[in-house]
Amino acid sequence: MTILRNRVLRRVAETLGILFGVAVFVFVMLRAIPGDQITAGLGTEAAALTPAQRQALEQYYGLDQSLVTQFFSWLGNMFTGNFGYSARSQQSVLELTLHSLPVTFELAVFSIVLALLIGVPLGMLAASRTNSVRDAAGQVVSLAGLSIPAFLLATTLLSVFAASFGFNPNGQGFATLVDDPLLNLRQMLLPSLVLGFGIAAPILRTTRTAVLEVRSNDFVRTARAKGVPERRLQIRHVLGNALVPIVTMTGLQFGYLLGGAVVVEQIFSVPGIGRQVLLGIQQKEYAVVQSTVLVIALAFVLVNLLTDGLYRLIDPRVRAS
Amino acid sequence: MPRGAFSAVGIAAALSLALTACSSSSGAPSGPASGTGAAGGALVVGVTSDPDTLFPWKATQFQAVNVLQNLYGTLTEFDKDLNVVPGLAESWETSDDGKKLTLKLRQGVTFADGSAFDSKDVKDSLDKIMDEKTAAVARASLSSVKSVEASGPDTVELELSGPDAALPANLATVNMAMLSSDDTEEKLNATPNGTGPFTLGKRVPSQSITLTRNDKYWGAEKPKLASVEFRVIPDESSIVSAMQSGNVQLAVFNDPLVAQTAEGGGTIQVAKTPQLNYHALQLNAQHGDLKDVNVRLAVQCAIDRKQVLDTAALGEGEVTGPITAPAFKSDPNKRPCPARDLTKAAEYLAKAGKSGGVTIKTIVSQGEYATSVNEAQNLKAQLAEAKITLDLEVLESGAFVDRWVAADFDAAVALNGGRPDPDGSYGRYFTSKGNLNKVAGYSSPELDELFQQGKATTDQAERKAIYEKVGAELENNAAWIWLFAGYTYTATTSGVQGFVPMASGSLQYLRTTSVG
Repeated sequence: MTILRNRVLRRVAETLGILFGVAVFVFVMLRAIPGDQITAGLGTEAAALTPAQRQALEQYYGLDQSLVTQFFSWLGNMFTGNFGYSARSQQSVLELTLHSLPVTFELAVFSIVLALLIGVPLGMLAASRTNSVRDAAGQVVSLAGLSIPAFLLATTLLSVFAASFGFNPNGQGFATLVDDPLLNLRQMLLPSLVLGFGIAAPILRTTRTAVLEVRSNDFVRTARAKGVPERRLQIRHVLGNALVPIVTMTGLQFGYLLGGAVVVEQIFSVPGIGRQVLLGIQQKEYAVVQSTVLVIALAFVLVNLLTDGLYRLIDPRVRAS
Repeated sequence: MPRGAFSAVGIAAALSLALTACSSSSGAPSGPASGTGAAGGALVVGVTSDPDTLFPWKATQFQAVNVLQNLYGTLTEFDKDLNVVPGLAESWETSDDGKKLTLKLRQGVTFADGSAFDSKDVKDSLDKIMDEKTAAVARASLSSVKSVEASGPDTVELELSGPDAALPANLATVNMAMLSSDDTEEKLNATPNGTGPFTLGKRVPSQSITLTRNDKYWGAEKPKLASVEFRVIPDESSIVSAMQSGNVQLAVFNDPLVAQTAEGGGTIQVAKTPQLNYHALQLNAQHGDLKDVNVRLAVQCAIDRKQVLDTAALGEGEVTGPITAPAFKSDPNKRPCPARDLTKAAEYLAKAGKSGGVTIKTIVSQGEYATSVNEAQNLKAQLAEAKITLDLEVLESGAFVDRWVAADFDAAVALNGGRPDPDGSYGRYFTSKGNLNKVAGYSSPELDELFQQGKATTDQAERKAIYEKVGAELENNAAWIWLFAGYTYTATTSGVQGFVPMASGSLQYLRTTSVG
């Protein structure tokens, strides 16, 4: 019990350390980028500002405070649920995030599901007979998934579907799952396919390798010799034992997706968290970027924790240890 | 096992097909943006970005200006040919000595909240714009105004430090919008309250902003559209796709390549309008070798502008001189080297004692506009043949703005905004007291005098002659190298009627547009 409590405490301390590190890093990096909210908003017109005008704007955006004050007042406010305010959107960052995070989460779930549906079966198929045509086909699919840039696939799909079939649900205003479930699902289809195809590649490769490794174990040979049906053998014995690396890879990819797939969100006009960060960077809205990145980092850490938890669920050896 | 795998893939394929099937009717836009609605219909305009502010005095972003000029009114306006015409001021009169401008205000005008517009609002607005604490971007345009008096409910008098013929044109920009004296910046950022043809309907940050018709609009011709939705589609190619599928009916593009793609499908009409904005190689005459006019003239003579235009912008535009406003347009053939002349360039370099060549550190913005880097590469290649080395620094737009604002460059490849009045375009750059003179890097007593003369007369012919001299002075001294002016491409789907594109890129004529 004490060991478990120590582990939990250590994990919490690690998480807090990581989040603080991310906070410092993002804060410093944002200030290192040339320009500020004034030049981002006014562009070259900022050259025409008088010193008094500039001072008034610095005061308005809170840029007249020292960096240390800016950092700790932002971080302190985060603990009270005040993530800052976006002057561009006229909304609090918390409100913005509460809108964008579910959108990104939904996109990430759909993408991961599609990736698993493509990657795992194809990986198993490829591993079922190495160096065969099906193995080569699997390799081609995974290579294509890794090497075709998301922006190219996204633009091509969008253009072809819109021009040839008049199918472009993403051209309509974005609908949430609550507003209009059917439209929402249509709007998620192409972006999920693009992201899912890209993520399917590493999952396919991981599955293939893991399955090949498990298949060479004695217990598989024993099971086969005992007459376990092939389908049951492959699913229960082989895939069941190959799940740990697949779950690791899926967890990692899911974490990355929660960070926002900026390019795909841009092309398909999906108002997710990636776009929120991008707009924040473009407008140099420091609070928007800092708070959103911290939320993303927290999501990533939580996904990793969940993945660790899943190990215990799927592998009795982990539970035992 | 493989059967199981195939089943999973099969489910995915079936799901995709089912969703696609469900969407077979989605080619037609749905909801209030369908183009049905009330008379005039509902129009969807595709834009790449959300307005970054809804406060008109601080708006410089293209998208923000386009939204705000449909919400707010100004004392004067530009017509489709960029002539100054009455707006909220139905007439104006300048005193004989040019030191007083009296504006007669339109009566019966109301703000969106129903309150009446009067001279108190005008005085309050102009006073606040002139106040440095407001940080209004158009403050310098009122530099000749000493005081503003509301001499009656519908009369306002502006006392000027001297004649200012450019003032009526300066009052026409949305940065000079008339606000209710009861409103504050905070209030208006959330709820715009203007006298324009539309009022704010709904805003979904980063996604869309919908304007609805202002039935109390003062104009003789009432807006036709029931609503206009500015829908954010961040990628221009995606806007084209949205137009092809019928979800968006109007969009403005600057990239000639995107315009060509849009036109290629056959379902979208694209109208080309010459822009007031101009592409230039800005030279900083306060820096290094460029202090010598002969070096600057050598640069001017070593460039074939048509080649830059053809290479960087697919030939989509016109070679231009300094002034792009239609009423004052410069003749590019009157510059010292109207065509590329490497011999002359070499002579100028020799005169400067730089026969061995010069190096010019040049900043270029990446991402600010589509053609910048291509222009820079072509300029570099051309100038290299004249022993002039352009040392290019390609910068992210924020870094470019920082360096530009600090005038920290020898030269800059830039796309600058032109204005309908040359004083508004260049007075702030090339007069010794202009607020952008540090960036322009060049001024002279002759130019100061000419700009002064240009402000002092209201006679159009006289002003044209004066600004021709301004253009000549700038070109003869190679203050900058003016390259070309591109086109604004207005793309519309069938059914959109009555929209008039303007050289300023303004969407002011949404008020006369309808969609069937």
